[in-house]
Amino acid sequence: MWIYEKKLQYPAKVGRANLKMAKYLITQYGGPDGELSAALRYLNQRYSMPTNVTKGILTDIGTEELAHLEIIATLVYKLVKDASVAELKAAGLGSHYADHDRALFYVDAEGNPWTAAYIQAKGDPVADLIEDLAAEKKAEATYQWLIDLTDDPDLKDTLNYLRVREIVHFQRFGEALDLVQEHQAAKKIF
Amino acid sequence: MLREQLELLNNIKAVEFTALELNLYLDTHPTDQRAIMDYNASVQEWERLRAIYVEKYGPLLPTDIVEGSSWRWIEGPWPWEIDY
Repeated sequence: MWIYEKKLQYPAKVGRANLKMAKYLITQYGGPDGELSAALRYLNQRYSMPTNVTKGILTDIGTEELAHLEIIATLVYKLVKDASVAELKAAGLGSHYADHDRALFYVDAEGNPWTAAYIQAKGDPVADLIEDLAAEKKAEATYQWLIDLTDDPDLKDTLNYLRVREIVHFQRFGEALDLVQEHQAAKKIF
Repeated sequence: MLREQLELLNNIKAVEFTALELNLYLDTHPTDQRAIMDYNASVQEWERLRAIYVEKYGPLLPTDIVEGSSWRWIEGPWPWEIDY
């Protein structure tokens, strides 16, 4: 089960960031390579994993991704909360406002809704872990593109924290993959 | 949020982060005794800092029991409302 700790994992600062960033940042909330995809992918794959290592790492990284989801939500929330409707329109957020006012929603940078088609669970541990490795690399790249899109040092700092976490997750999934393949090889011998 | 409160919260985040990193590492290296010792030490430090924070400023977990006549768990600011 999950317990909620009432604090962010890392400070979410938007400094002097442009309101336009909200439209781009939302892709890490509800987009294909964002935190919701990551959390749901890992937390779902864990049920069909064969070893304690893989059940553990998918549970723990999946849980951490929920904490990252909250950081992205906070960044967007802070950017839009005091913006006028005119400012939202000018920043390309008019369509979002029409559907959601300033509420957050699980969409990509173009407003496409999140879909379970972004994730997979084949039930084959190797296939699933390789998908997870790819997912972490794609998330890392997306954070780099978001960092490129902003001049605000505070926002860059928060995004860089999230980017570096993906690199660590990639490392852990790589280790889990090696261990699962060893486990499968051992089963064949005996 | 008060400067002092924010500083304490940041210290908790830093220690908690150390614990999380060790947690993930231990998931794929479950027999690393040294890492287990480090993990236990960081959790103890986390609990020490948390106890100070919760007593002064209120609950971080719903199971944190604090003095008061009202249900402090729902009191603001919520994490997305804090000026970091």
